[in-house]
Amino acid sequence: MSADPHAAAPHGHGHDGHHDGAPHGSRKGYLVGFALSVLLTAVPFAVVMLNGLATPNTAAAICMSFAIVQIVVHMVFFLHMNTRSEGGWTMMALIFTIIIVVIALTGSLWVMYHMNANMMPDMGMSGGM
Amino acid sequence: MATDTLTLPPGADAPAFWDTDPHEHPSGGSTMLGFWLYLMSDCLIFAMLFAAWGVYGSSYAGGPDPKELFDLKLVAVNTAMLLFSSLTYGFAMIATDEGKKAQAQGWLAATGLFGLCFLAIELYEFSHLIHEGAGPWRSAFLSSFFTLVGTHGLHVTFGLIWLVVLMVQVAQRGLVPENVRRLQCLSLFWHFLDVIWIGVFTFVYLLGVLR
Amino acid sequence: MSDTLIKTIFGRLSWESFPIHEPILVGTFAVVAIGGGAVLAALTYFKLWGYLWKEWFTSVDHKKIGIMYMVLGIVMLLRGFADALMMRAQQSMAFGANEGFLPAHHYDQVFTAHGVIMIFFVAMPFVTGLMNYVVPLQIGARDVSFPFLNNFSFWMTTAGAMIVMASLFVGEFARTGWLAMAPLSGLDYSPDVGVDYYVWALQVAGVGTLLSGVNLIATIVKMRAPGMTLMKMPVFTWTALATNILIVAAFPVLTAVLAMLSLDRYVGTHFFTNTGGGNPMMYVNMIWIWGHPEVYILILPAFGVFSEVTSTFSSKRLFGYTSMVYAILVITILAYLVWLHHFFTMGSGASVNSFFGITTMIISIPTGAKIFNWLFTMYRGRVRFELPMMWTVAFMLTFVIGGMTGVLLAVPPADFVLHNSLFLVAHFHNVIIGGVLFGMFAGINYWWPKAFGFKLDPFWGKISFWSWVIGFWVAFTPLYILGLMGVTRRLRHFDDPSLQIWFVVAAVGAVIVAIGIAAFLMQIFVSIRDRNSDRLRDFTGDPWGGRTLEWATSSPPPAYNFAFTPVIHDLDAWYDMKNRKADRPTSGFRDIHMPRNTGAGVVLAGLSMVFALAMIWYIWWLAGLAFVGLLGAAIVHTFNYDRDYHIPAEEVTAVEDQRTAALAAHPQLAGA
Repeated sequence: MSADPHAAAPHGHGHDGHHDGAPHGSRKGYLVGFALSVLLTAVPFAVVMLNGLATPNTAAAICMSFAIVQIVVHMVFFLHMNTRSEGGWTMMALIFTIIIVVIALTGSLWVMYHMNANMMPDMGMSGGM
Repeated sequence: MATDTLTLPPGADAPAFWDTDPHEHPSGGSTMLGFWLYLMSDCLIFAMLFAAWGVYGSSYAGGPDPKELFDLKLVAVNTAMLLFSSLTYGFAMIATDEGKKAQAQGWLAATGLFGLCFLAIELYEFSHLIHEGAGPWRSAFLSSFFTLVGTHGLHVTFGLIWLVVLMVQVAQRGLVPENVRRLQCLSLFWHFLDVIWIGVFTFVYLLGVLR
Repeated sequence: MSDTLIKTIFGRLSWESFPIHEPILVGTFAVVAIGGGAVLAALTYFKLWGYLWKEWFTSVDHKKIGIMYMVLGIVMLLRGFADALMMRAQQSMAFGANEGFLPAHHYDQVFTAHGVIMIFFVAMPFVTGLMNYVVPLQIGARDVSFPFLNNFSFWMTTAGAMIVMASLFVGEFARTGWLAMAPLSGLDYSPDVGVDYYVWALQVAGVGTLLSGVNLIATIVKMRAPGMTLMKMPVFTWTALATNILIVAAFPVLTAVLAMLSLDRYVGTHFFTNTGGGNPMMYVNMIWIWGHPEVYILILPAFGVFSEVTSTFSSKRLFGYTSMVYAILVITILAYLVWLHHFFTMGSGASVNSFFGITTMIISIPTGAKIFNWLFTMYRGRVRFELPMMWTVAFMLTFVIGGMTGVLLAVPPADFVLHNSLFLVAHFHNVIIGGVLFGMFAGINYWWPKAFGFKLDPFWGKISFWSWVIGFWVAFTPLYILGLMGVTRRLRHFDDPSLQIWFVVAAVGAVIVAIGIAAFLMQIFVSIRDRNSDRLRDFTGDPWGGRTLEWATSSPPPAYNFAFTPVIHDLDAWYDMKNRKADRPTSGFRDIHMPRNTGAGVVLAGLSMVFALAMIWYIWWLAGLAFVGLLGAAIVHTFNYDRDYHIPAEEVTAVEDQRTAALAAHPQLAGA
């Protein structure tokens, strides 16, 4: 975490804080984001609903990767995430949150899976994901 | 950095130690950051509900499984409702930026209607499941399903109440800075719920049916 | 009236809910009722209600809210410590034929309440209170980012505390231990109101904690005085930032897991039940994902206090500031990677246990680095052993031992032997008392003159100090020994008479600590009584020769903190100002824009408390009513757009002129 670059006096003399707070979208931006998310939603639904398009494992992989892309699309086009707003603090908060979410989620699944496998060998496979 | 001797910054023989010519501060400068931080904390609530879904997602306890229960067509319609509402909220924000009050109100109303449709469909789905004997008390799988999806629905409900309150306030006072700030907060909230829904339809519904 | 009607009106509440058959509780109630009645009567007699309401309860001033947090912490400390004394007394006498004086039903509530109160309603208010008071002053701000939210957060915390206190006299508290582990806390094994009290108290207080976390992060990020870059921020503010990040990223986990527990209890879901596909170990897993960061939430601000105190009382710049900051950040991340060490014995196997064992050992490294930084700060400094410094030295000696027993417990095979033993109990008291509590006492002694304009009496302070330090070691060394012998925690009765002597010694230690608490209260009383004496009164605003900005203003600071916002050129901003003879501006004051007081926080927190109590007792109509009221009150509050006012320039000038006169009359700047 490099600290200094963000440190420019946060309430300096101007009123700049008023404008960099909430980045604005444009009509075109929203429409592009909407079109992308429709596409990114439709494909996974189609893959799952039309049986035989893909094996379950491939279908799962498609769903998950499309979900990740779609989350990024929403972040960029709807939530207007960028590295500049609020002096980079929103992005920093988001990255930190993602780290914690990943730790808590994967950690829980890992821990619980191993516990089920060790302590309830008969049910081991059905307990985890 | 941590030296014991004090070094003067270059060219600062008599630096100013007090800001004796202050400008009035615009209030509410921290609001967007603060609200974003709140959203991050909300994100962690959902993370734990997703973790619960990950652990309990296949604990059927002899009860029904996702293949028997989930109606993907309904979920697709529901997803469409949320996507449309995101678009209309975006247009409401553009109208707000342009200072067009009536237009903003119109788009907000449209957003509210899509949100209502989403909730209605979700409630229909829930009541249908409970009617079939697949309520949250049937198995851990259903407990985590209802809790995760229901918590999202609860957020949408609060979003709708907030939306109505804001529409009244905009009608009363117009697009004053306070109201614009509140609209921006609700915008973050609304789009954030959309992001959560991506996780829900992918991990709960689609992957659930695939399992 | 029919039974169903009574049930509809009163839910589970009946005459049996009032513990009139328990002499200890009746006695306590009598004392509380008489004492509380006396206080209320006195407040009414001296016509203080209006003053309290206008100047304190509805205040959005971060300084007053900080002080109220500290008062809450002290009051709850007395309750929590009374529980501790009862446990020590019970364990020292209940051997063989002697059953002691606490029945199991009561004893289990006592150890649960002790843990819950000490962590959530003593340590947390102390930590939040100090941060609230000090952080805006240290960064040169007029208040926090969201002053109303700050008031609301305080009242939610207080409402949580009041819910716990209500369980003393109406119904009962949980008998599950302070984390209410499932499935014991499920409806099958705890059908009564105890666990519901626990859940709702923590949920209500949790809202307050989370919001104050958001508030302080936004404050530190957005409201720093010009020139205060992140690497010029005082260490206490750094620790406050890290702590509040941990709060915002950890308390939602607690909210989620308690919500699932209450769904199990109210709706009949199967998260943590033994049946229906539930898994109680998931509760353990999730609550510790919150629980371990919580430990660092408590200790980091204490580290901040020690950093400020060491540097001030060694009259030196803090050694290794940069490494201190990075140590704080590393701890913030690592705090999320160690949670499983609380349940090595769950059976996740060697790979999982070794991962978490190793991360646990790693997290001790940044902490060790901090200890060295403090030692090197003292090295060749002119160390003044005033009370805050004494607490700091005691902390270093005590905490290092606690840290080492912690690393010992981080070795999974050792933990299999010591899990849930009194060794563990001794370990975490060693770090929480030796770390957090000593830190809070150091902080109280250090910043009291800032808050009130006079120092705390050193004589009674030293008595309190020595009683606490000696009492702590007398009380907890026997527990280490007993734990190594294999005695487990939370036992009410013992058969082996050879153990008794250790418990008797521990009880003596608890009595010595009790003397320490009494001396602390005496210290406050004597100091207030003698506040105008020369030995205590401070006119300069800087009684210790401080180095950070909070010492640049008067003691107590005016409502607006600084008439002009300071400009920062150096890490030790106030030391820099003194060193370069920066003149305090004495004219040209302007109107100051301030937030207005509001009673909305009290109303909302009160409604939340009614809602929680109604849910606990299954009084559904009241719960519904309170919830609708809560929603309505919140909405009504948003229709209030008139939230600030201006302190006129004349008033600022008058206050500042007074300070100019005071400084002129007492020209010596202590310690500078």
